[in-house]
Amino acid sequence: MNTLTHQDLKPLPPPLEDPQRRARLLAALYAAQDQAGWLSPEAVQEVADSLHIPVGQVLSTASFYTMFRLEPKGRYHIQVCEGLSCYLVDGAETLLEHIARTLGIAPGQMTPDGKFTLEVVQCLASCGTAPAMRVNDELYEHMTPDRMDALLERLKGE
Amino acid sequence: MFEPVLTRHVHLPASEKITTYLENGGYTAVRRALEKSPEEIIDMVKRSGLRGRGGAGFPAGVKWGFMPRDPSIPKVVVINADEGEPGTFKDRMLIERDPHQIIEGVIIAAYAVGASRAYVYIRGELSLAARRWVEAIAEAYEHGFLGRDILGSGMSLDMEVHRGAGAYICGEETALIESLEGKRGQPRIKPPYPAQTGLFGLPTLVQNVETLACVPHIIERGPEWFASIGTAESKGPKIFSVSGHVNRPGNYELPLGVSLREIIYEHAGGIRGGRKLKAVIPGGASTPMLTAEQIDVPMAFETLRAVGSELGTGAVVVMDETTCMVEVARRQAKFFAHESCGRCTPCRIGSVRLYELLDRIEQGQGRAGDIETVLELTRGIDGLTFCPMGAALVNPPRSAIQHFRAEFEYHLEKGVCPLH
Repeated sequence: MNTLTHQDLKPLPPPLEDPQRRARLLAALYAAQDQAGWLSPEAVQEVADSLHIPVGQVLSTASFYTMFRLEPKGRYHIQVCEGLSCYLVDGAETLLEHIARTLGIAPGQMTPDGKFTLEVVQCLASCGTAPAMRVNDELYEHMTPDRMDALLERLKGE
Repeated sequence: MFEPVLTRHVHLPASEKITTYLENGGYTAVRRALEKSPEEIIDMVKRSGLRGRGGAGFPAGVKWGFMPRDPSIPKVVVINADEGEPGTFKDRMLIERDPHQIIEGVIIAAYAVGASRAYVYIRGELSLAARRWVEAIAEAYEHGFLGRDILGSGMSLDMEVHRGAGAYICGEETALIESLEGKRGQPRIKPPYPAQTGLFGLPTLVQNVETLACVPHIIERGPEWFASIGTAESKGPKIFSVSGHVNRPGNYELPLGVSLREIIYEHAGGIRGGRKLKAVIPGGASTPMLTAEQIDVPMAFETLRAVGSELGTGAVVVMDETTCMVEVARRQAKFFAHESCGRCTPCRIGSVRLYELLDRIEQGQGRAGDIETVLELTRGIDGLTFCPMGAALVNPPRSAIQHFRAEFEYHLEKGVCPLH
């Protein structure tokens, strides 16, 4: 698997050919992001140094993909699907409004304590088990406001 | 009675393990395949009539035949597991629950086209699938199905997992290749096709997960068996993802050519709450919607085209009489505006303008002539982009206006939605 841990992010010896080196970029960005929760300018520089590619190329790639965060995010990153199928089962809108009201933040924002960020995302390939959402890397299906409350309570306590 | 083959393992306990797969007859097709010549395999896939299950429906055997035969050129197989077409959740089920069925298909495909490296590109959001594939690939190496001299055949194949990172466009094969190379996922102009110049400039075969899942069964049961299922131009079993206003949403494996009516009313249990059916998207967000009167259409490439739509990924999104079609068009336009990669102006700008127009119509702020402007915009996008996304994103508003124009006009005249 082309996955790196943070310890792997040291300068690589040069014999890797250029295209192969850049092909490790997404995996390296994941490794750096997993470390700090987001890609700080220092983390981006670290990735560039470890793969021997220009920092501009790293930013060019990182800024293209929605899963790479170039600004700080909460410890729990809530991603609510607003796709058509989630909308049709009265999920997307209801869930999103409920979470926004409970946490007191709008989509795109973070709670003042840095614990939660709320984001609207596109189809999560869970249309048959809609409404769907993710918290960090974990998928939640058949979500309701009640189940959301229970989940938020648990996360608040952690 | 149709017997499911692609999904036959997915409900077994520990279905993702190689032991489960082997106990249920897995990895026998690859042994048979390695006894044949690569040319025979390609010929079998051609004769089976298998067409790509990722949306475009290109004949798989023909695609394999495009790969150069020269053994001195290194070649690559890429598994497209970047499922992101709204409404579609079949590939997620296959890669999470039965990875070895796909790996077996990949080994056979790699043998047929002479590839020695395989990359599986898994959509970033599908974390569980990525974890399972790391394990599944390790298991396949341990059992001698990957690595040097596979099953004593002299063939070698290495495979690794790459995760995407949130970009719908990477489901398009050249954008996927760019992403694998660590770049922004923007499609390349074709030609050259990946079979000539793909990943790292090498000849590359890119195939969808469900397409590869069909391959072991074609080898095992023969191309004639596969071609006996389906319609004149659409062969084999197909997984239909059904979502929206149905009683039993889910994945249903059925023969191609099954009617939309049978899928909705027999397999998915009919419309929730006994309401009336209003519209159906037959093949994922990119395909034009159909009305309740059109659901006797067989779900096949040629028959859906004949009624002005597409089979796409076979993702059926069902909408009942309470659904506002302006909102449906608006929501889909928002999706495409968000997912445009930004390379081609008609798609980059047009997708946003379409969303703005549909949004203001839905909000009751529309102006006289907005419907015509929407249609004019679609003509300025369709066919004028590098990749098929331009042609795809015009389908929802065009088909919604074609079938439900009065609903758009009501929004414009009254400034409110008749349904909300």
